[in-house]
Amino acid sequence: MRTLNNVRCGETAKVKKLHGEGAVKRHIMDMGITKGCMIYVRKVAPFGDPIQIHLRGYELTLRKDDALMIEVEE
Amino acid sequence: MTFTVALAGNPNCGKTTLFNKLTGSSQRVGNWPGVTIDKKVGKIKETNYDLVDIPGIYSLSPYSPEEVISRDFIVEERPDALINIVDATNLERNLFLTLQLLDCNIPTVIALNMMDEVKKKGDSIDIEELTKLLNCPVVPISALRGEGMTELIRALTHTMSSKKTPEPIYMDYEVEKTVSRVEKSIKGKVPDESIRWHAIKLLEKDHIVEKDHLDAKDVVQKEIADFEKSFDDESDSIIANARYEKIEEIVEKAVKRAHTDLDSLSDRIDNIVTHKYYSLPIFLAIIALVYFISVSTVGAWGTEWLGGLFSEIASNVSSWCIEHNVSPILSGLLVDGIIGGVGAVLVFVPQMFVLFLLMCILEDVGYMSRIAFVLDRVFRYFGLSGKSFIPILVGTGCGVPGIMSSRTIESERDRKITAMTVTFMPCGAKLPVIALIASALFGGNWLIGLFCYFLGIVCVLMSGIILKKWRSLAGDPAPFIMELPPYHRPAWDNIFKTTFDRTWSFIKRAGTIILLACVLVWFLSSFNTSLVFIGSGSQEGSILQYIGQSVCILFAPIGWGSWELTVATITGLITKENIIGSIEIMAPSGIESIVGPAAGLSFLVFNLICAPCFAAIGSMRMELGNWRITALAVAYQCLLAYAVSSIAFTVCSIITGGAMSTLTMATCAISVFALLYLIIAKDPFLQKRRPEE
Repeated sequence: MRTLNNVRCGETAKVKKLHGEGAVKRHIMDMGITKGCMIYVRKVAPFGDPIQIHLRGYELTLRKDDALMIEVEE
Repeated sequence: MTFTVALAGNPNCGKTTLFNKLTGSSQRVGNWPGVTIDKKVGKIKETNYDLVDIPGIYSLSPYSPEEVISRDFIVEERPDALINIVDATNLERNLFLTLQLLDCNIPTVIALNMMDEVKKKGDSIDIEELTKLLNCPVVPISALRGEGMTELIRALTHTMSSKKTPEPIYMDYEVEKTVSRVEKSIKGKVPDESIRWHAIKLLEKDHIVEKDHLDAKDVVQKEIADFEKSFDDESDSIIANARYEKIEEIVEKAVKRAHTDLDSLSDRIDNIVTHKYYSLPIFLAIIALVYFISVSTVGAWGTEWLGGLFSEIASNVSSWCIEHNVSPILSGLLVDGIIGGVGAVLVFVPQMFVLFLLMCILEDVGYMSRIAFVLDRVFRYFGLSGKSFIPILVGTGCGVPGIMSSRTIESERDRKITAMTVTFMPCGAKLPVIALIASALFGGNWLIGLFCYFLGIVCVLMSGIILKKWRSLAGDPAPFIMELPPYHRPAWDNIFKTTFDRTWSFIKRAGTIILLACVLVWFLSSFNTSLVFIGSGSQEGSILQYIGQSVCILFAPIGWGSWELTVATITGLITKENIIGSIEIMAPSGIESIVGPAAGLSFLVFNLICAPCFAAIGSMRMELGNWRITALAVAYQCLLAYAVSSIAFTVCSIITGGAMSTLTMATCAISVFALLYLIIAKDPFLQKRRPEE
């Protein structure tokens, strides 16, 4: 299973499914990360985490640990 | 008759700006019931509509207190109308909230903000088409420039008089079939106007709404099971997907994009500001510049000028008193108590104003969220979130708003730890204390100021590690999912308003509580224990000396067993600026006549870290939820202060070659071991943080 934290900087991936539950998952969905959405991984923060992504026309940052919940297409 | 209109929208979409533009100076700030989030209400200009500012939210989910307040207000109290402000440059994500609001069946007007930015990018939005697709009036505005306000109010009035509730935006047909089946199963249990909202929330397995529909539980669960089976996903995901699919469809029809521009101006700024190597030096440079402008130059000039003004007033009043044969008690009260004490505090208003102003600018242009992005990794290592940085930074202005802004942190654990540790940072009120010690005992060395900030950060981080081992704070670390809004030019209206509000609240405190404290300190220091006036200036035999002498022994091991400083510390609990006023009154020849550099440093460190002022303790109590945990937090702060000042005193004594007693060395050794133990000890509540994927 490929997850968002494995997508390299500068690459774009398509969301396949969300895992996990509760507040974190809900928040991820509220921010627009849903099935079929294209996510461009822009950069990694200076200390190696979190990551900055571009989706639906805006910039979002999330931690690699939480990106683990986002399954993307191979 | 007065109507209630609610203003709802995402964070960072210009909601505050619009609220200020619509209501002008008629705002009242109150509290939402049960929580401590500000509830701002104001009258929309030239109407009889009360506008209620709902917290900035992304969704009507049941997780953060902001979301719960907003949904309760909209669904339970049902305002007469809603203004939904939508950021046109970020339409897709903003419409996610809009679709949920439209399900609530309340007359709604959409204020499409930042249309000028959209045009600048070369994109265009077909307002008519969008109005048609969303089934409710859409008014293009620019909150920043105040454009479109008349049209917005006109649309609002029209919508309210026609009482036209919006049609819900129907999602995918298959999804809607399930929604209507669930609606049927709860029919009659809730008012018809909010039945759709309830049905969708039940499908999303919303734990708050579920409690209202326990009797329909079996039916709903079966529906969810079928639903999940046919879509091969979880029900909450299906709904979110369906909503976003609908939004994509709407945006596709109404928006014409010139080109997909991945490298906007913000991205280019971010290339430098959050760069792997440049980000930290830039951050340090900005903070140093802020400090330099507010404390060392511009702010200091204002302070100097005001100081001159106050001493002139004091000498004029003093000679006037002599001329008119005013009793020495009254003239002492006026000159030494009131003018001297309050003046000593008010002179720092210019510094504070400049500091607040600069912080507001950084916040407003969007730099704060970049700091959180850059520093999250560091903070998380210490058990906090990158978001903790914002309360801490605000805390350098004043601990009270700092503690209050910890509310933006979703995780309860991080929020509480942040609220407990924010006051370790040198706040505006502690600046004069730092300035006094630095100038009186260290020849004005600016490194002392820097050291205090550094020490504050170390204490916050250290406490992050220590406090998460405390039972009531153990738990999973918070998610960190944060928008990085595009940089924009500062909205000066808002910035100045916030800066004035913060400064004014400080002046108000100076005018009331600090005045009382100064008079009290003057009284205690000018009268002896048989209540005979002994004159200002010579505290020999005063009540205060008596109190201080009984307690000061406690502080002997950390170098300053002097009653004057003990009393100053006690008065500092009312508000930290009092320390200056008290020292001014009790030690007219200056703090340097009481202690040397090492003890002075220890005194400074203790006052930076120990229990904050009563206002801050009160805010902590609000964030922490009860007095028990607040008392424990304050006890922790005092013990930490004692331990750290003990170390500071010993180290400084060794460097300067000062004398030390055995007791001092023993205290220092115990402090070092205690701190090391607390930091190294295994976290007893460390669980596996995340289930295996």
